[in-house]
Amino acid sequence: MPQVERPEESQEGQLGQEKGQLSHEIQRKIGQQLRAMYTDVVNEGVPDRFAELLSRLDKQDKK
Amino acid sequence: MNAPNDVRGAMLAAVPNLRAFAVSLCGDVDRANDLVQETLLRAWSHLDSFEPGTNMSAWLFTILRNHFRTEYRKRRREVEDADGGYAERLTSPEAQTGHIEFGELRKALLRLPPDQREALILIGASGFSYEEAARICDCAVGTIKSRVNRARAKLAEILTIEGAEGLERRPDLGVNLLTSRVV
Repeated sequence: MPQVERPEESQEGQLGQEKGQLSHEIQRKIGQQLRAMYTDVVNEGVPDRFAELLSRLDKQDKK
Repeated sequence: MNAPNDVRGAMLAAVPNLRAFAVSLCGDVDRANDLVQETLLRAWSHLDSFEPGTNMSAWLFTILRNHFRTEYRKRRREVEDADGGYAERLTSPEAQTGHIEFGELRKALLRLPPDQREALILIGASGFSYEEAARICDCAVGTIKSRVNRARAKLAEILTIEGAEGLERRPDLGVNLLTSRVV
C-alpha cells in the first residue's frame, strides 16, 4: 500500500527511516494476506443454493 | 416483475465477490451465506430501483453492507455486547470453517470498528475505487480514505503486537502472520 511520506519523517534520521520501512513492509504483507483471504472465497465460485435460489425466483415471477 | 436473463446472470456473477465481502465482514461462513441470500432476495424484490447500465455488483454490495450494518446494530442491542465479546464467539473454533491460515487476520479484522473494516475490504480486497466505496457506504470519499488508513494502522498494530507475543510464548514455532508464507 503506497503511503505518502511526509517530509518531516525523512528528517528523523536512520531510526525513523527504518521504522518507516518496517511499517511499509508490514502494510504490504497485510494487504497481500487480505487479498489472498478474499480471493480464497471468491474462488469457491457460486454455491448451488444461490443458483437454485435465483432460478426459483425467476420461475416464480414467470408464473 | 419479470427479470431479464442478463439481470439474473449479473446477480449470479456477483455472488463469489459478495460472499468474499460478507465472509470478510462477519468472519463466519454460515452467516455470510445468509447475508448473501438475504441480499439476493432483497435485490430481487427491489429490481425496479436498480438502474440498468449501472454497476450491478456495486448495487448488491450496497444492499449487503446496509443489511449487515442493520443486523450488527440489532445484535449489539440484543446481547449488550461490548467490543470483543461478540467477535470472540464468532471466531470460536466452531464458527470457523477451513482457511486456518487466515485465522489471525480474520480475528484482527473483527476487532476493527465496522466502518473501518468495510472500507478496508472494499478498497484493499474488493478492488473498488474510493469513489465507488464512498457510494456503497454512503459517505464522503475523504471519509473512506481516512477509515482505510486507520484500519491499516490498527491492523498492523494488532498483528505485530500479537505476532510478537506469540513468538515469545512459542519460540519453537516462530511463525506468525508477518513471517509466514504470503500467497
